[in-house]
Amino acid sequence: MLTEAEILTALQDVKDPEIPVVSIVEMGLIAGVEIGEDRVRIRITPTFAGCPAVEVMRAEAEQRLRALGVQNVKAEITFDPPWDSNRISEAGRRKLREFGLAPPRRREGALDLIQIQFVACPYCGSEDTVLESAFGPTLCRAIHYCNNCRQSFEQFKPL
Amino acid sequence: MNQIALKELLFRLADDEVIIGHRNTEWTGLGPIVEEDIAFASMAQDELGHAQIYYSLLHALGEADPDRLAFLRDASAFHCAQLVELPKSDWAFSVARQFLYDAAETVRLAALSQSAYAPLAQAARKFAGEEKYHFMHGKTWVTHLGQATAESRARMQAALDHAYPYALGLFETAEADAAMAAEGLCAPEVELKRVWLALITPILTEAGLALPTAAPVEGGRRGQHTEHLTALLNDMQLVFRSDPEAVW
Repeated sequence: MLTEAEILTALQDVKDPEIPVVSIVEMGLIAGVEIGEDRVRIRITPTFAGCPAVEVMRAEAEQRLRALGVQNVKAEITFDPPWDSNRISEAGRRKLREFGLAPPRRREGALDLIQIQFVACPYCGSEDTVLESAFGPTLCRAIHYCNNCRQSFEQFKPL
Repeated sequence: MNQIALKELLFRLADDEVIIGHRNTEWTGLGPIVEEDIAFASMAQDELGHAQIYYSLLHALGEADPDRLAFLRDASAFHCAQLVELPKSDWAFSVARQFLYDAAETVRLAALSQSAYAPLAQAARKFAGEEKYHFMHGKTWVTHLGQATAESRARMQAALDHAYPYALGLFETAEADAAMAAEGLCAPEVELKRVWLALITPILTEAGLALPTAAPVEGGRRGQHTEHLTALLNDMQLVFRSDPEAVW
């Protein structure tokens, strides 16, 4: 029988097609793993409910787990618990930054959208940045401008 | 659990989202500035995603699959409020409608997060975080346009006056509402409306805009719609109806 660690290692190969450097494990999408005799069930909690990449990631996760030799594999979408941006791991944050996508700050308490404004530029690290638009090229991205290195950049939205 | 009341509640939620989502896609390529083009397209994508999930909950209760629910029903089978079916009109109207609608959704999702139907409560908790971005957007523009110039204020007020009676129709009740409240599926509409008014009134005041006084335009929750919904469905359903069995 597989261990949870082996399953999570395998799922490191499954990436968000819109951010192909970060795995679904690092993004905090895995809400649960259940292992039985020749049977694995995982639950995926999507970042944004309308994210068009969810079905792609769900199907790839099943395919990757089948490649481990498990016959009965099921990956299900859940909103329990709802995903929030604190679920992104430290490795995930670093990879987002390297990809040019500023990770959202860790927050305490409920989401207050004032938080979206305080973000460091992923290119130069400056905090002298301004929010240009809370809506960007995908549901999960906002557009900012860095006054220091004078470049536009995107942030993965706090949620 | 009262299945009739639960299904009616889900149809209202799903139909409001799919229709306003479709209306908001109509700004794609036509927004006054590129950021707003993207904002309305993003909000539309969220709304269509939420509609799909509400329809999936209906499917789990024995209704047809989400595509068939969205694309094969006629106008009289839709439970959306008339507010969402009105043409996108000018920018001021779309901003006013979105502000009033998103405020109502903010209030409604908070109530639904406590719903006795667990799958609905989980979905509502999820959508509430996303909806914060929509409401911030509407609030920002209403405040900005209300305070900017005499023309922007006048156009914003006219748009608000036009949208407001229809927005009151979001809180229309029908026979099933007593069961919805009794079973703890959702808070009563009259209570949601009270919280909604308390949310929008100070924002409009701050923006220098007057809260209109008007009688509600109702009927949508009972399947009575404007001619605009039929026209919208003719567009939205055209491709699917041309071959409902096609595999995409």
